[in-house]
Amino acid sequence: MSDTPNVVTGDLEAPTTEAPEELRDTASESAAARREIHDMWVAGTEEPAWMRSYTDEGAQEMLEADQDPAVDLHRGTVVEDDFIFEEPADDDELQILNMGPQHPSTHGVLRLHLELDGETIRRVKPIIGYLHTGMEKTAETLTYMQGSTNVTRMDYLSPMHMELAFSLAVESLLGVEIPERGQAIRVLLTELNRVSSHLVWAATQGTDLGAVSMLIYGLRDREYILEFFEKTTGLRMNHNFIRPGGVAADLPDGWEEDVERIIEKVSQGVAEYEELLNGNPIFQDRTIGVGVITPEECKALGASGPIARASGINWDIRKAFPYSGIDKYDFEVPTGKHGDVWDRYQVRIAEIWQSLGIVKQVLEKMPPGDYRTPDRKVTPPPRKRIDESMEALIHHFKLFTSGFKVPVGETYRAVESPRGELGMYIVSDGRERPWRMHARTPSFNHVQALPTMMTDSLVADIVATIASCDPVLGDVDR
Amino acid sequence: MAHRSGPSGFLLTTYESAVNWTRTRSMWAATFGLACCAIEMMATGAAHNDLARFGMEVFRASPRQADLMVVAGRVSQKMAPVLRQVYDQMSEPKWVISMGACASSGGMFNNYALVQGVDQVVPVDVYVPGCPPGPQSLLHGILMLQDKVMAGEIRR
Repeated sequence: MSDTPNVVTGDLEAPTTEAPEELRDTASESAAARREIHDMWVAGTEEPAWMRSYTDEGAQEMLEADQDPAVDLHRGTVVEDDFIFEEPADDDELQILNMGPQHPSTHGVLRLHLELDGETIRRVKPIIGYLHTGMEKTAETLTYMQGSTNVTRMDYLSPMHMELAFSLAVESLLGVEIPERGQAIRVLLTELNRVSSHLVWAATQGTDLGAVSMLIYGLRDREYILEFFEKTTGLRMNHNFIRPGGVAADLPDGWEEDVERIIEKVSQGVAEYEELLNGNPIFQDRTIGVGVITPEECKALGASGPIARASGINWDIRKAFPYSGIDKYDFEVPTGKHGDVWDRYQVRIAEIWQSLGIVKQVLEKMPPGDYRTPDRKVTPPPRKRIDESMEALIHHFKLFTSGFKVPVGETYRAVESPRGELGMYIVSDGRERPWRMHARTPSFNHVQALPTMMTDSLVADIVATIASCDPVLGDVDR
Repeated sequence: MAHRSGPSGFLLTTYESAVNWTRTRSMWAATFGLACCAIEMMATGAAHNDLARFGMEVFRASPRQADLMVVAGRVSQKMAPVLRQVYDQMSEPKWVISMGACASSGGMFNNYALVQGVDQVVPVDVYVPGCPPGPQSLLHGILMLQDKVMAGEIRR
């Protein structure tokens, strides 16, 4: 451990005031030895925000009995304040139920603190942070070249969208243009990813409502898309394929047949789901009028994507702020009316059809040309040039070891992920690493909207509502 | 395991190998999906890869009914006590598969938030590499665990 504080470098001024005395106060020497007080300063604020940060050496000794309760509170292993709430004065019959964080129907490690009046939920409190990975902090240590490796693991059901949002943000700071073929490949992959993500949603929504065969069907059809992804990018998930400057490689030979097969198989599959679920009285009973959210509440809580569209808001980033030339393709934005689980189901199924339509259009008019920007500041030289030219070899080496520098500035670029508006906010101080990166992730807002949807509904509707929000906890906690 | 003895169809074996055989062929996993690897774990259980071939398709939501914990994903500092509690609630005999780079070593996230390897919290029998490991990798890990159980002694 070094004694140097984690001071911001670059053009930004470091704060000069001292840390408050109570933060310097440490309970035990062993705890103090493992702990450093770092000063962190958020751009745009006048006062520096003092906080403690812990080194990973301390993290490794987690299982040691730590005598300092403040450490546990800080790490979140003790969540005392989550239980502080005002008891209703006249009702001591409320039962408190903890759901999660290892409950299979919470789609990951979401924990819900429920107050029940019999079968009715009177209050819901989502408790998050069980999958906090510190990715936004890790992003500050990775170059822009490596950055998409990190962000792709946030929302693991739509890795392509995470990579795309990151790449668009970096490209807008760099000011590079992506060739048409690169853009078309991006649209193809992100729309296929939207389908595969919605297929997992269909699988889990069906399973949570008792239609367990949906799990088999949904994951069966998703495999066709994942096979194509594996062929294209080398990995089934977490591809790191869409990078600042374009995409990592061209599409593989015979990709047209693969995509045609995907369209055929997934169309068959989705038609099957509709046949299975649409007229199913149990499915209708469990979804119609359940988990309702109004357009006003959507706007107040920042809900976007299928949830906002199911309540009637015609809002899609692809139409509002088109990216990667997606405005060249012809598609519609399906919307619902009632904002309940049933409408969200209908909207998502309609989105699968729309995305398949976009994929079909990309297939028909895939432009020829380069798949990444010709700007040699960002793109490594072609493999052939490396054998011929010493400069190209050096350039390649420098690009992959130290990365490229990005001009000073800040940017926010959003894409429409399967879950909603997914934005990347990047502040650059002119070096090859972001000074600060923040992801505006849709699942976070949707988990925030859960109490609005669930309050005064029945216990059995919890799983239907959570599944219809399709939260990915990696997206929430990051 | 089998020694055929005589025409009358007797099957002779040791008590140990019979018990181990039943343990491997009905090993029920606890649902402990954390992150990306959980999706691959689901894919392993689904139609294409069909975990049911190995008698393991029954994912139990209750740790009391589970023999195997597949730690699928990154374990944060906040999740580690929960993970340990679920492990403690499982009845003996029990095994742990650490699935993926994050669970095995912290993976690419060497930072303040993650436990750098789930073996600091629970004893691990098989580590499955990959980020995330594909269904084939997980199946390989499961087969290795079955071999390990078959070769082991009955102690609990």
